[in-house]
Amino acid sequence: MTQAPTSEPRKLPYILAITEGLRQSLAADENVFLAGEDVAGAGSVFGYTRGLLAEFGAKRVIDTPISEEGIMGLGVGASACGLRPIIDLMFMDFIGECMDEVLNQMAKMRYMFGGKATLPVTVTTMSGAGMNLAAQHSQSLEAWLCHVPGLKVVMPSTPYDAKGLLISAVRDNNPVFVVFHKGLLGMPGEVPEEPYAIPLGKANIVRPGSNFTIIATSKMVHEATKAAAELAEDGIDVEVIDPRTVQPLDSETIINSVKKTHRALIVHEAVRFGGLGAEIAAQIQEEAFDFLDAPVGRVGAPFSPVPFTPALEKAYLPNADKIKAEVKRIVGRAG
Amino acid sequence: MDISKETLFDLHHRMVRIRIFEEEAGKLMESAKIPGALHLYVGEEAVAAGVMCNLSDQDQITSTHRGHGHLVAKGGDFKKMYAELYGRSTGYCGGKGGSMHISDMDLGMLGANGIVAGGPPIAMGAAFANKYKGNGNVAVAFFGDGASNEGAFHEAANMAATWKLPLVLCCENNGYGEFTPQANHQAIKDVADRAVGYGMPGVVCDGMDAVAVYEAAHEAVARARRGEGPTLLECKTYRFFDHVGIRGIGLSYRSDDEVMEWKKRDAIQAIEKRMIEVGVATAEELAAVHDRVKIEAAEAIAFGEASPWPDESTLLKDVYNND
Repeated sequence: MTQAPTSEPRKLPYILAITEGLRQSLAADENVFLAGEDVAGAGSVFGYTRGLLAEFGAKRVIDTPISEEGIMGLGVGASACGLRPIIDLMFMDFIGECMDEVLNQMAKMRYMFGGKATLPVTVTTMSGAGMNLAAQHSQSLEAWLCHVPGLKVVMPSTPYDAKGLLISAVRDNNPVFVVFHKGLLGMPGEVPEEPYAIPLGKANIVRPGSNFTIIATSKMVHEATKAAAELAEDGIDVEVIDPRTVQPLDSETIINSVKKTHRALIVHEAVRFGGLGAEIAAQIQEEAFDFLDAPVGRVGAPFSPVPFTPALEKAYLPNADKIKAEVKRIVGRAG
Repeated sequence: MDISKETLFDLHHRMVRIRIFEEEAGKLMESAKIPGALHLYVGEEAVAAGVMCNLSDQDQITSTHRGHGHLVAKGGDFKKMYAELYGRSTGYCGGKGGSMHISDMDLGMLGANGIVAGGPPIAMGAAFANKYKGNGNVAVAFFGDGASNEGAFHEAANMAATWKLPLVLCCENNGYGEFTPQANHQAIKDVADRAVGYGMPGVVCDGMDAVAVYEAAHEAVARARRGEGPTLLECKTYRFFDHVGIRGIGLSYRSDDEVMEWKKRDAIQAIEKRMIEVGVATAEELAAVHDRVKIEAAEAIAFGEASPWPDESTLLKDVYNND
């Protein structure tokens, strides 16, 4: 590879940041293998495993039958026996097909066995709406996973995070779900060439601010940042926090921010009811009630399956305008 | 196949250990000394003993909700087992697993399992790891006729056959999926018939005959070790006790006559008769095995009962690996 003449940081789209994270994880450890539906010959339906079969061979990059429960069991059994599997679950919606292996085996084996089993398994999967893929290929189900003790869950919002969180997940000695967003695959961003790890359980303050806190995940980080830029014109100085890891959650960074700004809004693409926003709002009122100048707000999808038609899907999805309106409502109430 | 004297004694010893362990455990449960529910393996001893005589400590197994017998046959330590059933800190899982999650990673025992057909996908993953590492080890998944109707079983079987993994799928067909007779839960008599659908051999053997199981498992395990892929080995067997405990919860789903007929085929009595007839053992020698195991069990029960409860500070330990 030729070096660019300037020292400008290298940019990669999110999709290629995933590929690089996978490649460097496979290169770093012989015990790492990648298995999933169409990840080898086809390079995955999203294209992020392209080239890995040629580079690492069929022993380590493996096409599986369309058998999500079997694939997840492969991850459980192989990791319990000393390997470090990366299991690709093509769409997050397919988790219904394998939830027993996730919920009752992968998450609990270590605890049930009194700490005698270690399961260093990574599950990569694709969430998110906005592509007209309808109700079974568009969901954000991270709250399901966060409710299960024993699992870790990360949600990369940028190419930098996609690579760094993936590498951390593979190095971690626990089951970690890496939940990508299909609407971010083409997004460019700075990605260092060398391997790097982003610590799990540590939030990222994407935009510092002084009088309002927005906690946003995945693609909603960008909608929140856009809203924050526009709200600045109205004198609302928003701090945007991306938890990066949603289980375990970096409550400390969130609480410290709210103690400073006195107002908070949580934004996620998943349905509002029973979503992460409910948990984060509860923690804020438990830990920072006396600091609040207004009730904590939540923006999420309405309680409905994801509709197919672009006309309705647009109405379904949270966006910068909805975030702005909610921030203004909260600020107005306080004023 | 010639069965050596040592193998006969080995099969017999493993079966007697299971029988006595389970009879005592059942009594402790029904007298409320052991908390929770136990699914006891009495009647099915020939299967665990016959298979496990072909395995080393490095070979892995996955078990079922009826899992004590598998761990005993794999060489499980009575003290750690009873302590676990009692929920004590000295148990295999520090009291966090209990009967349904009892395990010993050092013996390759990847857990009893509270989910029907939870084990086959895990055993398939273990077999994958064996092939990946080229370590020559074999994994065995134990499951019942009921589990053979679960999707997880089918997915694991298909993947193991497709990838020629060193796996034995050992079906303990005891004729009932919980309380439902086989004829009411599947349209086939032999679960082994399903093997053809996966492209693997299907073998039926008499699960009340430890030697028959030993021989059938010997070939299935050898085939797996040779890299020729999985076998579906079906052992026809019967549980003498109820689904839970000894007496169970009093449901009427099978006749006393049926139970009596199967008890006539008791695998321990059968192997003892055979050993005496072929002249490898005397009745006194075999009785001495029972006596020794009874002492082993009594000492282990006393150990379990006297062991401390786990400290509350361990509640949140090992939810995650923090290393």
